[in-house]
Amino acid sequence: MALAIGIILGCCALGAGIAMIAGIGPGIGEGNAVAKACEAIGRQPESKGAVTSTMIMGCAIAETTGLYALIIAILLIFVAPNTFINALQKAQEMGLFNL
Amino acid sequence: MDKEKNQNENTQNEITLKFKIIDILYIVMMIAPIVIAITLKVLFTPGGDGVNITGPLIYVRIPFALQDIIITEAQINSWLILITIFGVCLYMTHGLSENPTLKRQHFAEMIVEKAEALINDNMGDYYMSFTPFIMAIMAISAFSSLMSLFGLFPPTSDMNVVAGWSILVFGIITYYKLKCGPLNYMKEFTKPVAVLTPINIISEFATPVSMAFRHYGNVLSGIVVSVLVGSALQGLSRMLLGWAGGFIGSIPLLQVGIPAILSVYFDVFSGLLQAFIFAMLTMLYVSGAFDLDAFMEYKRKKQEKKNKKLKIKQTNLEEN
Repeated sequence: MALAIGIILGCCALGAGIAMIAGIGPGIGEGNAVAKACEAIGRQPESKGAVTSTMIMGCAIAETTGLYALIIAILLIFVAPNTFINALQKAQEMGLFNL
Repeated sequence: MDKEKNQNENTQNEITLKFKIIDILYIVMMIAPIVIAITLKVLFTPGGDGVNITGPLIYVRIPFALQDIIITEAQINSWLILITIFGVCLYMTHGLSENPTLKRQHFAEMIVEKAEALINDNMGDYYMSFTPFIMAIMAISAFSSLMSLFGLFPPTSDMNVVAGWSILVFGIITYYKLKCGPLNYMKEFTKPVAVLTPINIISEFATPVSMAFRHYGNVLSGIVVSVLVGSALQGLSRMLLGWAGGFIGSIPLLQVGIPAILSVYFDVFSGLLQAFIFAMLTMLYVSGAFDLDAFMEYKRKKQEKKNKKLKIKQTNLEEN
C-alpha cells in the first residue's frame, strides 16, 4: 500500500512538472507580440496608446493555454493525490485486489 | 425680513446636515462589508502556523436531500462585495443636480461617459443597453479581485463564481444567436464546411470554459505564487536570524515589503486587467453573435410570410 501511494504521489508531481512545459508556448507568443508592438511604436510613436492596450489584451488571451496547463498542474498537486488514494483504498476495501 | 433669511439659512443647514448623515451612512455601507468579511475570516480560520494554500473556508453547511448546501467564503465575500458596490454607486449618485457643485458628480459622469464610449467603440450603437450589464460585471470582477489586498479570499479565485458569470454570458450569447431563428442557428454550425460541425460544437462550448478558466487561473496563480514566495522568504529569514534564537530569531526580516511588490502586480494589475478582459470578451462575443443586417432580413422575410398567409386566408374567405 505504501508503495502504491508513493507511486501515486510521485507520478502526480511528475505530471504537474510535465504539464507546465506548456508554459513555453505563451512565453514565445507573448514575446513575439511585445516585439512587434515595440516595432510598431518605434515606427509610429503617436499610436502608442492604442498599440499598448491591444497588445496587453492579446497577451492576456495568448496566456490562456499556459493557464490551462497551470490549472492542471495545480489540480495534480492539490486535488488529484487525495482522489486517487481514496479510490485505491475503496477498491481495496471492496476486495478488488490486495496490496 | 431678517426672520425669513434666518429661516432660509436654517432650512439649508438642515438639508446639508441630512445630506451629510446620509453620506456617512453610504460610506459605512461601503466599508462595513469589508470589516464583516475580515471578522468572519478571523473567526473561522483554523489555528495553525505557517503558510498553506487552501480553497475557500466553509462557513455553513445546510443538510439537504441530495447534497449538503455549502455556503463558503467565496459566496459570502461576493455577496458582501455586491453591498460595497451598491454603496459606492449610491454615494457617487447622491445629490445629483443640473448645476453640479459636488466633485463626485463630475467623477460619476466621467465614468459613465467612458463606459458608454467603450461600449460604442466595441459593440456599436445597437447594444447601448448593454452598458449597465458590462460595467456591473467589470465592477464586480475588479472589486472581488482587489479584495485580496485586505488579506481576504478573493471570490474570483473560486472556480464556481467565475463559472457562474461565464455561463450567464454564454446564455446571452446563445440568446442573441437564436434571435435569427433556430434554423439559422443550426446552419451556423455547418460553416464553412459541413464536416467541421463537431469541431464547431466543441468550440461553442469552449467559449464559457475558456473565459472561466482564464479569469480563475490568473487570480489563483497570483495567490499561489505569492504564497510560495512568502514561504520561501520565511525560510530565508529563519536561516539568516534563526541562530540567534528567541525574539531576534523570530523577526520576519525579509517578509517586510518584498511581498508587497508582488502584490502590486498580482493583485492590482492582474486583477484589474482580468476584469477588463472579461468585459471585453463579453462585448466581443455578444456583438459577434448577432448580425443586425441578417436580423433585419429575417424579420422582413417573416413579415412577408405572414402577409402571404393573411392574403390566402382572405381569398379563401372571399371564395366561401
